[in-house]
This record gives sequence, structure tokens and C-alpha cells, in this order.
Amino acid sequence: MSISLSKAGTGDNMDVETREGIMVIADIENGTLHRSTLELLGKARELADSRKTSVSVALAGNNVGELKQVLFEHGADRVYIMDCEELGTFDPATYKEAYISIIKEAKPEVILISATHRGRSIAPRIAAHLATGLTADCTDLYFDEKGNFIQVRPAYAGNIYAHILSRTKPAMSTVRPGVFKPIQRIPGRTGEAVVMPKTLCPRGALRTISKTHREIASITEAKVIITVGRGLRRKEDIELVKKLARIIGASVGATRPLVDMGWMPKENQVGYSGNIVKPRIYIGLGVSGSPMHVIGMKDSEIIVSVNKDPNAPIVNISDYAIIGDLYEFIEKLTKETERLKSKIS
Amino acid sequence: MQKNQVAAGCDYVNFRIVVLMKPTPDPDKVRFDAEKGTIIREGVELIINPYDLPAIELAVQVKEKLGGEVIVISMAPPQGEEALRDAIARGADRAILLTDRRFAGADTLATSYALASAIRKLGNVNLVIGGEKSIDGDTAQVPGEVAEMLGLPHVSYVSRLIDIDYSRAIVESDLESEVVTYEAPLPCVLQVTLNVAKPRIPTIKGKLQARKAIVEKWSADALADIADINRFGIKGSPTMVYRVVIPKEKERKRIILDTEQGVKAVVDLLMKEGLL
Repeated sequence: MSISLSKAGTGDNMDVETREGIMVIADIENGTLHRSTLELLGKARELADSRKTSVSVALAGNNVGELKQVLFEHGADRVYIMDCEELGTFDPATYKEAYISIIKEAKPEVILISATHRGRSIAPRIAAHLATGLTADCTDLYFDEKGNFIQVRPAYAGNIYAHILSRTKPAMSTVRPGVFKPIQRIPGRTGEAVVMPKTLCPRGALRTISKTHREIASITEAKVIITVGRGLRRKEDIELVKKLARIIGASVGATRPLVDMGWMPKENQVGYSGNIVKPRIYIGLGVSGSPMHVIGMKDSEIIVSVNKDPNAPIVNISDYAIIGDLYEFIEKLTKETERLKSKIS
Repeated sequence: MQKNQVAAGCDYVNFRIVVLMKPTPDPDKVRFDAEKGTIIREGVELIINPYDLPAIELAVQVKEKLGGEVIVISMAPPQGEEALRDAIARGADRAILLTDRRFAGADTLATSYALASAIRKLGNVNLVIGGEKSIDGDTAQVPGEVAEMLGLPHVSYVSRLIDIDYSRAIVESDLESEVVTYEAPLPCVLQVTLNVAKPRIPTIKGKLQARKAIVEKWSADALADIADINRFGIKGSPTMVYRVVIPKEKERKRIILDTEQGVKAVVDLLMKEGLL
């Protein structure tokens, strides 16, 4: 049971000079591509074109080879396929092995990984193995005039953005879903498929006992978030909000006081000490807009607030500030959206 | 045979659990510089990163079941000591603070290297537990990097520990679209979410113990025999801030509406997004 520092992380097996191209690590969810993979491909294509280089994808999993065509049609020039039964279990260490084999073959200069829970599990292992820099949750990526690869990420809960340079190659970045856009699909576009030998299939230590699928999306991925604050009178009233959220496909968030009172789980907390969210539409119900909360939602595309108090701080940062009773608003919006939905179906 | 011996209690006192803990500024006491849009760090005390509290609690629960000891390790400036004392009040047996100017300026790779080196230095570690992420850095990278540097398996986003014995842990991992139950051999690294355990409130006795406890301070030299000190701190950090940009705050429309108008406006927005 003794633990030793493994050779991993010494980075001595990597040839820095000859690295070229942008690699995207495909994020596989239930045998299909997670939408973030195509988004990363969109950005990778743009980066590669600006750098006059190519885009590759590392596609590892069990029975995933067929996904290559979608990748070509969304901008990949080359797809490295590592198809192994062993990868049927999501084990960060075995996936890391698979990607390291591909990275050794492809020698990319930049590696982009989805900031899903899978991507966030694998990326640190790859970075530690290669002893290279890894920047989390990038909101933009570019090459500067000198050809440095720059990664932009919000710094420490402020409205400051740090532009980060990696002194080592490959530079690695994770990007949250929804940050970049896929390119328009080009039907019939093809590329080169590189099938990795089965002899490189890794063996892992983790064993899957069972898997349960579920549908709830992480609040940070939601397009629309309805956040409730102290204006809500009773814990039971959250059900009214959840019903509305279901109709419009929104996630429900809460301010810290509601989480502290045990009305909502911590993972639904929006704010500095909870989740930083930037949905397309943020709807705050009975949220006053404390600085702590605002830091967690100010980058939302459109901010709607419903508040009795016209002087609440959130009014100033709202695109639409509805001054009125949140219960009346919930009732009317529920009725109207239900009516519209039933008309469509 | 060997397993039975362990189960019979011959070896249990040696079960070593390490918790990786980051002392972070107290989010409730942090003040903001409205001009610069940053938080004011000066004079803000360092507390246990809220995401690490469930990690400490889980470690203590495992110790209560299997025996052994809980060792909390942090890398921080000297004022991180108070957070480590708090960890002792919450049930940790030992606290180690990696503190040295040579650790300063570390990015996640150099931080992970220092922490992994400390674990290696301790030796005979059976389980390493880390929180999901830190409230300030928010990268969620350290436990996975430490696992890789130690050559250990790891499970991330662990939302429940179903069972554990001296040879393996059965855990539930929250991978967003699915919840996977794994069997992981020990030693391994578990990166746990807030749901994994409800942190207990320190007892008076615990607080008294913590006040008297010695927080061990390890410098870079303390790790020099097993680590490359050039991989610590800013020297060992491949990423660097190239420049800092203060973006213009988005101009908001600030349209004031009554409830009727508001419902109509929101319906229009949802339709534009294709949600209705």
C-alpha cells in the first residue's frame, strides 16, 4: 500500500518543438456526442484557420467509431479513434491512458476539453501526466500577434478577466458547454480517420457496479434559470416555481438564504458561494440583488426581475424589471405558457 | 487471510486518510472593490474552503468506521493555520501546513505537485479525499492531478459513499446525465461533492483540542528528499497571467413593467429562444 510519485508528470516524454494543430477531446454521453464537443470543434476550426493549421479530434470510448462522420462534418480534419471495450467503464485513469496514446501520436499544440463532469475528471489527469498547464472554464481562446495561445477566464469572482498563457505545450483548456458555437454542418465533408491499435487499450482499476440515467441538467448549463429569493413566502411555494420551470424548460436556482434555510439544495445556489451562471435568460423572483448574488448571474444574456420594491438593487441591472407580486406573476405566466404549449401540441 | 486479519482489527490503527483542504477567504466577510470589481483580499481571514467541509466530514466518518487517523494537508500562507485548527476541531487528528515562499504563486499543477509530494512523504496512505473545487480558484483540478501524480485511481464527483472496507470503496459518482456506482480499490483518491456528507458542528471539546493542537509546518526543504523543488510554486507553474482585462459591464435596458406587461415580455423572450 505504499504510495510513490509515479513517473507521470515529469513531461519528459513529450517533444515540445514539433507540436502542431488543435485537438478536441470528444465528450461521449450515453454513446453519443455531447453538444459541447461540436461547440469546441467550432472554436477549434476558427483557431486552426487563424493559425493555418489543422483540427483533430480524440475519439475514445466503446463503439464510438461511427461518430467520426459527424465530427468531419463539423470541422474535424482528422479523427483519432480508440475503440475499446475497456472504455465502457468511465474511469478517468483509463481514459487518460487512451488520450495520452492519441496525444503522443497527434502531437497537438492545443487541447480543448468540455468542462462537463467527465471532461473535468479527465483533464487534470492528462495535464498532470504531461506536466502541462490546464486552464479551467475558459470563456475565450485566441492566438496573439506573437503566436502565443491565450486563454481567457474570469478571475476570482470579480468582473475581471485573466488572459492566461501556458509556458508548456500542449496548452490545455476546459470550456463550459454553451460558451462557443458549432460551425454550420457541412454534409459530406470528410477527413482522415486514424484507428489506434487495440493493443493500446488501457486497463482500469475501477469497476462499474451500476448506472442510472437521469434527465436533470446542471444549473450552469441551463438556457433559462428561474431564481427564487427571499420574496418567496413558504418552502412549499417552490413547487409553483418548479411547475413553471418544467413548462418552459428552465432550471430553478435559489439565493443563498433559501439554501441556508434548507429550501433548496446547495447545487441550485446561484451566487458567489454557489454557481456562477450565465443563461440566455435569467428570471429572478423576489431576488433583491445582493452583490454576492449579482456576481453569480450578472453575465446572463437577458436579466428579468420580479420584485415588489422598485428600489431593489436588481432593478438597476435588469433588462426587464417587473414591479409587482411574484405570486401573481408566476400564476399568470404559468397559465399563459401552458395555454401556448397546448396550442402547439 | 490477510483481509481477515485486517478486519479482525490487527492493523486498523494504521488506516491513514488524507484530506486535501484549501484555506480560502471567508465568502461572508469578503468585501468588494466596486471600482475595480474585485474582492479585497487584505485582512480577510482564511477559512476552510466550504467545498472541503464534506471531505473532512467523510474522512472522519470513515475513521469512525475503520479506525486509523485523518490527516489534513493544506498549502497556504502562514495565516492558513487557523483553517487547519478548525479541521482538527471537526475531527481531524493531524494537520500539516505546507508553507514556504517557494510554494507561492503556484498554479494547480504546482499545487498538486506539492500536495502529492507531501502525501508521498507521509507514506502508507490508504485514502485521499478532496472537495469538488475551491470557492476562489474554482478549477476542480487538484484532486485529479494529485491522483495522477501518485499513480492512484480516482473517482470524481462522489456524491455518496455506499460502503468502504480496508481494500475497497463503493461510491456513487454524479456524472450529470448519469449516476454511476463504482467499486474502487484502495488506495485511491475521492473527489467529493457537497452532497457526500453533512459537516458536523465542532464540539466544545473539539475546539479546545484544536486550540492546543500543533499544526505541523512543512517547508519546501521538508519535501526536498522526495520531490524536485523546482516544480513548486511559481517556478513549477506552467500557466501565468499574461494580462488582466476589466470588461465593460453590459448595458442593461432597465425597462420597468407591471405584471401584465412583464408576463407578455417574458413570453416573447421564451418564444424567441424557441422554448414555447
